[in-house]
Amino acid sequence: MAEWLDAILVLVILTNLWLLGSSRLRACIQAAALQGILLGLIPLLATWPAITARLAGVAAASIVVKAIVLPAMLRRAAREANVVYEVQPLVGFTTSLLLGIVLWGLATHLAGRLPVAALHVAPLLIPVAIFTILSGFLVIASRNTAVMQVIGYLALENGIYIFGWAFAIEDPLLVELGVLLDVFVAVFVMGIMINRLSREFDTIETDELTSLKE
Amino acid sequence: MLWILLAVPAVSAMLAFALPWNWPRRGLLVATSGAHLGLTTLAIARTPAAVLDGWVALDGTSLLFLAITSAVFFVVSIYAVGYLAHQVRVAEDPGREVPFVDYPEAVFTGCLLLFLAAMTLVIVSRHWGLMWVAVEATTLASAPLIYFHRHPRSLVATWKYLVICSVGIALALLGYFFLAVSAEVRELSPIHLTIADLENHARQLDPAWLKAAFLLLLVGYGTKMGLAPLHTWLPDAHSEAPSMVSALLSGVLLNCAFLAILRGHSLLVKAGLGDFSRELLVLFGLVSMVFAAVFVIRQADYKRLLAYSSVEHMGILSLGAGIGGIAGFGSMLHAVNHSLTKAMLFLAAGNTLHYFHTKSTLEARGLVRALPVTALVWIAGLLAITGFPPFGPFLSELMILKGMIDGSRILVAVVYLVALAATLAAMAAIVIPMVYGEPPRSESPAVASGPRPAGPRPGPRSRSEPLWSAVPPLLLAAAVLVLGVYVPQPLSDFLHRAALAVGAE
Amino acid sequence: MLALSGFVQLLLAFALAPLLLSIINRTKAAFAGRHGPPWLLPYQELWKLLHKGAVYSRTATAVFVAGPIVGLAATGLALSFLPVGGCPALVSFPGDFLLVAYLLGLARFLTVAAALDTGSSFEGMGASREVLFSTLAEPALLLSLITLAAASPGASLSAIYAGIDSAVLASGAGPALVLVMAALLIVLLSENARIPIDDPATHLELTMIHEVMVLDHGGPDLALIHYASSLKLWLFGALLVGLALPLRSGFFLLDLLGGIAGLAIVAVIVGLAESVMARLRLARVPQLLVAASVLSVVALVLVMR
Repeated sequence: MAEWLDAILVLVILTNLWLLGSSRLRACIQAAALQGILLGLIPLLATWPAITARLAGVAAASIVVKAIVLPAMLRRAAREANVVYEVQPLVGFTTSLLLGIVLWGLATHLAGRLPVAALHVAPLLIPVAIFTILSGFLVIASRNTAVMQVIGYLALENGIYIFGWAFAIEDPLLVELGVLLDVFVAVFVMGIMINRLSREFDTIETDELTSLKE
Repeated sequence: MLWILLAVPAVSAMLAFALPWNWPRRGLLVATSGAHLGLTTLAIARTPAAVLDGWVALDGTSLLFLAITSAVFFVVSIYAVGYLAHQVRVAEDPGREVPFVDYPEAVFTGCLLLFLAAMTLVIVSRHWGLMWVAVEATTLASAPLIYFHRHPRSLVATWKYLVICSVGIALALLGYFFLAVSAEVRELSPIHLTIADLENHARQLDPAWLKAAFLLLLVGYGTKMGLAPLHTWLPDAHSEAPSMVSALLSGVLLNCAFLAILRGHSLLVKAGLGDFSRELLVLFGLVSMVFAAVFVIRQADYKRLLAYSSVEHMGILSLGAGIGGIAGFGSMLHAVNHSLTKAMLFLAAGNTLHYFHTKSTLEARGLVRALPVTALVWIAGLLAITGFPPFGPFLSELMILKGMIDGSRILVAVVYLVALAATLAAMAAIVIPMVYGEPPRSESPAVASGPRPAGPRPGPRSRSEPLWSAVPPLLLAAAVLVLGVYVPQPLSDFLHRAALAVGAE
Repeated sequence: MLALSGFVQLLLAFALAPLLLSIINRTKAAFAGRHGPPWLLPYQELWKLLHKGAVYSRTATAVFVAGPIVGLAATGLALSFLPVGGCPALVSFPGDFLLVAYLLGLARFLTVAAALDTGSSFEGMGASREVLFSTLAEPALLLSLITLAAASPGASLSAIYAGIDSAVLASGAGPALVLVMAALLIVLLSENARIPIDDPATHLELTMIHEVMVLDHGGPDLALIHYASSLKLWLFGALLVGLALPLRSGFFLLDLLGGIAGLAIVAVIVGLAESVMARLRLARVPQLLVAASVLSVVALVLVMR
């Protein structure tokens, strides 16, 4: 099962790179949805073959929320704001891709320095978790469309979630449910805000929202 | 009993969303906050049993913060009833001639009660994961509150608030996972991530992971608390929200985030890493004070002024907890003082805004003639918040200073005093003209909207200081004054207990 | 034995390379519902071109004549290092993959030089585009080869490819190898001027890249150029097939036939790609090539961890 887990983690890396390099909002939302599916599979593969019904339930709920519900909300927000392409982010798309590679190297380096020898986890989990967190940060910091910032936040939460699974936290399920719920509600509220933003300002480019200063 | 404490605001929130009539809803708001206050007093008298396997319980510090929350919320809810009943529905946007509408009142009241429920949950939870969920819940519950007056600037403020606080709280989640790892790495037998369990095994946890966890928790919850340089959401959110919401945010929510950080600090102290966390707390505290002092100078918006003052006082709280000893006690006392004072100031700001229809410090002048009671509150608040005797904050700030001198932290003390002095000078230079100054004469005769009197326009009511707007701030002012003169022994013991429980002493 | 297998591989490569082109064309025709050109058409074209005369401009120098000749020589030489289907190549020494990459670079340089030598701005435009895309594709190629070298005990192409069998693909290095495969596919499409990077069938100024560089060559020169490009397709296809079809039965003939069958499949895939996709906008091609480099870097870090 370790090989399957590794394959899925490599796919997660690819979704992060896809997210960083895309200029179309729909492609980014699809990348986030794919990440949601992959993340739902990780707990199943990590605890194979001792899968409990509870675990399966949480995994299913997480896939439904992250791969179906949240992308639908984001798509709706993007459609209502009439945004298809992201124009002129702070950091160009090709540069984002190259930065993504730098972040991947950094994540691998950091993971090597963390003292995790005593833990018996798939060695690829930690670098991938750190990389996803860093990619989320990069997206939030460099994109100026509100929907993209929400997607970056989702990627950030996904990375932290992977981290949680790397360490088989005590009674993770309850907390994972709580996290899932919070992410869901957060994106819900953010979606409403984006809706209002687009109505008020005719744009959801956050670098044009500069009316509050000092 | 703890169940009831949590359930009462939550259930009332659901009811408030559903009730279609305004006055019963407002009554529900006051009744719920009153009940919450009553339950809190009961809890102080007789500590209730732990619930949910020890995940939810009350200790010394949480009782203190619960008391602050309850009291401030109750007073603000009385103000809120009047505010909701008498505010101008479609008003001119302060500063811009654009009409705006308000959020439905049911949503507002419901979210207020949900906010209370979430904050109570933060205070009483003893499990790190549950605490995290509750803090995130407070962010989500308070976002609609900030956006009550639906105009573009408050929308931008709400958006910044949501994004920055959510990112910060995500980092706090990572810190929580690091806490779990610190136990995992040492292969301790199934350890529950409750405060009690972790503190029992504190010496056995891995120090590197524990330090990293604290750093992340500090940065994450520090974003929510308003420590610089993570405070960027604070001035916008506090200035654009309705004043009573700002009072709650400043007076109560920031405290809850501080409580979360204190829990982390106490864990590190028990693990023998207290020096690390103390240094970090002192550093962030000083940075916050300096930042706030810089931005307070010549601030043109009085609500932003109060917001930056909150940043400064959060810095003082953090500083006091970091110094330890008598400064820790001072920090707890300061939490009480600051909450009362800042709530009072924001309510006064609300009255001012309601009368003058502008947030500019240059145009809202002559309060002593227009709104005498509010002017009194402003002056009292200015003196209190900048640390003048005989008000409460003077005592607590002095105690923190004494702690610094006792610990020979002279450089820290110097920066502390300079920042306090700068803030005092800047705030006085703004507030005193506001209260005693002359309103500016408007020179342009060709105002497009036709003949209108120059200077500020009075509110639409003949009585510009109704009871509901005057009594709550005065109550709070009286409390701050009393605390400055005499700290009753039971209260002092209470504060000692609170400080001890989080290793701040 | 080894030398014999190397020779056989090389001879088969020289003989069968143009067939790849006809497989591609037949696939495209099948997709379009046509019957398609005869199987041996590329050979007939080469024969026809060799018997034609060439016209050289007065302003062209020896570079113009040397371009096709050196290009074919370099590509043919590169083929001698190439293992098809895991069988050892004619020549191999540690680090020979770098030599292969540089030989291809030499061929490209001479082609570009010949294009510039004519003095026509048309060829110049094609040359600049070609150089841009190959600048971006070369890191991808080199990084992929380095990843493969890092993942296997040997450092020569033959040793690398001999070591890749199905067990390796299923093991921990598997995902990295899949990423390398994807990167190599993109490089193949780019270096051989296939859709989605370039359309080999178009002759419109705006859309030509490779075609426009060889516009002024005629007769035997053109025959050499076409033959060299089919050899290049064989080269890249073999690099890809060695990874994708890990058939290492130990029987030389079986492996070789398997490799050639794989090459045919690669040609079919290229034909498929040409039928279903359209060419990318020129501004998007660099992004695709950077993505290929990124994939190979990810694979490299995965392998080196």
